[in-house]
Amino acid sequence: MTPTDLASQAADLAHQAAILAQNAAGVAAVAAQHAPPAAPFVYFFCIFALAIFVGYYVVWNVTPALHSPLMAVTNAISSVIIVGAMLAAGLHGSFAAHSFGFLAVTLVSVNIFGGFVVTNRMLSMFRKK
Amino acid sequence: MNESYTSFAYLISAILFILALRGLSHPETSRRGNQCGIAGMLIAVAATFAHGGMVGSGVALIVLGIAIGGTIGTVAALKIKMTALPQLVAAFHSLVGLAAVFVAASALNAPESFGIGTPHHIHLESLIEMSLGLAIGAITFTGSLIAFAKLQALMKGTPITFPGQHKINLGLGILLFVLIIAFIASHGSQLLFWALAALALLIGFLLIIPIGGADMPVVVSMLNSYSGWAASGIGFTIGNLALVITGALVGSSGAILSYIMCKGMNRSIFNVLLGGFGTTGEAAIAGPGGDKSVKIGSAEDAAFIMKNASKVIIVPGYGMAVSQAQHALREMADVLKKDNVEVKYAIHPVAGRMPGHMNVLLAEANVPYDEVFELEQINNEFSTADVVYVIGANDVTNPAAKTNPASPIFGMPILEVDKAKTVLFVKRSMASGYAGVDNELFFRDNTMMLFGDAKKMTEEIVHDLG
Repeated sequence: MTPTDLASQAADLAHQAAILAQNAAGVAAVAAQHAPPAAPFVYFFCIFALAIFVGYYVVWNVTPALHSPLMAVTNAISSVIIVGAMLAAGLHGSFAAHSFGFLAVTLVSVNIFGGFVVTNRMLSMFRKK
Repeated sequence: MNESYTSFAYLISAILFILALRGLSHPETSRRGNQCGIAGMLIAVAATFAHGGMVGSGVALIVLGIAIGGTIGTVAALKIKMTALPQLVAAFHSLVGLAAVFVAASALNAPESFGIGTPHHIHLESLIEMSLGLAIGAITFTGSLIAFAKLQALMKGTPITFPGQHKINLGLGILLFVLIIAFIASHGSQLLFWALAALALLIGFLLIIPIGGADMPVVVSMLNSYSGWAASGIGFTIGNLALVITGALVGSSGAILSYIMCKGMNRSIFNVLLGGFGTTGEAAIAGPGGDKSVKIGSAEDAAFIMKNASKVIIVPGYGMAVSQAQHALREMADVLKKDNVEVKYAIHPVAGRMPGHMNVLLAEANVPYDEVFELEQINNEFSTADVVYVIGANDVTNPAAKTNPASPIFGMPILEVDKAKTVLFVKRSMASGYAGVDNELFFRDNTMMLFGDAKKMTEEIVHDLG
């Protein structure tokens, strides 16, 4: 088979693939029109379930020597709950919502700063020979 | 900012958080990991500021809160002694729990802010998620406070038990479930919300009081896990990607740590959580009585034995943390190494009051991490060691865990220090360890007891070695 034959065959295949892709896109568009809007709970739950698996594999890889820093840093990152607190404190809302939001922002800020600083302090002590 | 840009920013911060945990697989990459975590947090906060509809006074409120909290957190983290780390972590967990309660409360009061409905017309699923986030958050808050009080010795470390305890807890658990249903059925009643919060706070308190001081590694890990699930619950309520992912990461991390700790004691998580361990005079405590004699040595004897050794393994435990002996210990190792003695450290998974506690203390004293080994790595080396220096550890070396099926610690993996030529035990007295079991090692011919404060004894040995 000459390179030209090969090239023409490849071009044919690519053309077919393009037609198939167009068909698929058309079908998908029709399906999308008829499908109900994605249920947010299911969407978040899928992400949640996958994240648990990611957590599982990543954490088993953590060396036991660094289990204390692991606790401190997970503690710091779970304080990303601050985004909820910020929305409560920052958006237009009732006095109660603002107060609870402010309290929550203050509490988790202790955690964020404290958690990352203490983790950094611990990690900077681990040295080789 | 456009909604999808915001979601994208949250995704990036979640990925950075995963990288932060990934970095901890090795000390060399760990600092980079921590920086990833900080970057992730900055992105999440910045994306939230960019959210449309922030009012000026609200932004001021947020900045004020961050300034106050950030100052307190930074000062606390810089001032804390490394031996007091478990308390600090417990205190931090309690804050996440309380913050989850507050965010749930503000979602109840201003559901429009989170797009979950209007007051008294909050979406059903948001109410379910809100009540779960609230309940777990409140349990985390009081549970962590009790753990903090026990670790800080504000409260006695001994388990607090009373008759019918488990039945009461079970009853309250069922009541909690009923209240959650009632809260959802009421379409978000304020009264039921706070009743639910109060009950969950009580449960958190009752769950932790029967658990003894030395089981705190499991408790702290478990509360770590809870704080993650609470964050996830709130993430579901307010529909935030970063929060859902991070909560799941933290939740599984804490669960794995609890599992590792339980395995290190050969106890089930239920056995630990039901509490009361080491208080009852179990029939199994038929160890060697007081009639057997122990060999008591001095610092001078210990120094002499170690000087003539070619390999010394050091086994640190909680007692080392209590007496702050880690620096003296490293000095001792330095002197020995100068005399061409090989020195290694062996760490049991449940040594200390939180996972990895001993490693951090040794690192603080400048012990290089490649001289420190985990149980599985070093257990077969004890037979080649001339001297094992056990400092402030007891139960984790007790051969009864392998030989006496009636012992409460039977089946627990131990450091096989009894295989070494000589065992030096630094202890304050002959008192038994946490499990309330005698250690037959004390009465063996190749064991020498060094009675005294761990730090003082080690310093004296350093002096006599020189």
